[in-house]
Amino acid sequence: MATSANYFDQLRKTRVWRSIFRSGTGTSTLHRSLVIQQDVFLHLFPTKVRRRMLSFSVSWYLGTLTFGTFLILVATGILLMLYYHPSVPQAYADTKDLQFVVSSGLFLRNLHRWSAHAMVFLVFAHMFKVFYRGAYRPPREFNWVIGVILLLITLLLSYTGYLLPWDQLAYWAITVGSNIASAVPVFGNKIHFLLLGGNLVNANALLRFYVLHCMILPLTAIFFIAIHFWRIRKDGGLYVHGSEPGLSATKEER
Amino acid sequence: MAEEKNEQHLNVKEFDRRSFFVKLGLGSLSIATAGTAVFAYQFLSPNVLYEPSPVVNAGKPEGYPLDSVTLDVNSGIYVIHAKEGFFSLSAVCTHLGCLTAWKPELGIVACPCHGSKFKRDGEKIEGPAPRPLPWYRVWLSDDGDLMVDRSTTVRSQQFLRV
Repeated sequence: MATSANYFDQLRKTRVWRSIFRSGTGTSTLHRSLVIQQDVFLHLFPTKVRRRMLSFSVSWYLGTLTFGTFLILVATGILLMLYYHPSVPQAYADTKDLQFVVSSGLFLRNLHRWSAHAMVFLVFAHMFKVFYRGAYRPPREFNWVIGVILLLITLLLSYTGYLLPWDQLAYWAITVGSNIASAVPVFGNKIHFLLLGGNLVNANALLRFYVLHCMILPLTAIFFIAIHFWRIRKDGGLYVHGSEPGLSATKEER
Repeated sequence: MAEEKNEQHLNVKEFDRRSFFVKLGLGSLSIATAGTAVFAYQFLSPNVLYEPSPVVNAGKPEGYPLDSVTLDVNSGIYVIHAKEGFFSLSAVCTHLGCLTAWKPELGIVACPCHGSKFKRDGEKIEGPAPRPLPWYRVWLSDDGDLMVDRSTTVRSQQFLRV
């Protein structure tokens, strides 16, 4: 009986498939671990995971959900870029067009906005979960540091995205926010000037925030997300309460 | 003595051709890094700004009746005609840069963002603003127009008599 699984097995044996995926056919433990190890994306993850690590109660899947909102934001953000000009005053008109003229524009913009809110919420929820379970403790302390960097990047992404609609709310929020930056001792005014590309929230500021929002910060985020995921494997997988082997920090709990 | 000599000999030998090139390489790398930092800073600082001129033509003094406070939203200044004469205040809150508003019913300047309050002469009534609203230099142009320079602050209570 030729089931779909058989077709898939046939496909995996073809020369083209074998040229792309070197791990070969078979369901042995070795083959299955090679599938993970030899994939540029999957190799960040451990080849073997304890079943308990994947249970809902361990993580509430908060990190995965955060990454999910990030993927939605990248996808919707790229689509929004097709109709948005980062120039004064066109930016405001484009935002209005996205809401009232472009097909599905309203849906995409709202999806982008709500995912952004959800991402900030989920990042905090993820960090609280990690903190209260004590999953930040050695050997995972460095991944906590990476997480704090990712929190800052998330907040900066929210902040830079806030200016892009170029409405009154955006203008004054960025005026206030950038003036907070000038409270930095000694270099405050320089930081303010470099951030805005001038003394006022103006065309230069809009363009700088656009580049930060669409290029620099997302690329930095992807870089640190990769390290964050890879460190989970390197630090012995997700933290499961009371099952850490030979760690003095968790001895009293066992 | 012999040991000391030997040590010296070792020290001399440590600085061989390889360590010289390592030092040379690291040195040039640090110079290149410092240079890149300077170039990056210069590149990110715009040399020409297309921002509005700090000097504002506020029109004829006759346009401002006695005891009036007039806000120019676009330039962010108040032109005030007091009994002592004309003066101009920054309308930008010294806290975080919001545009303040004149409240004629209270006779004060109030900031909508975080509730700072100022007297008509810019003096702070209550925070969070750290400083009073600065006075700008005011003069009459040759055509008799009231001119305000937003880049030059002056001591308070310097009125322009027309």
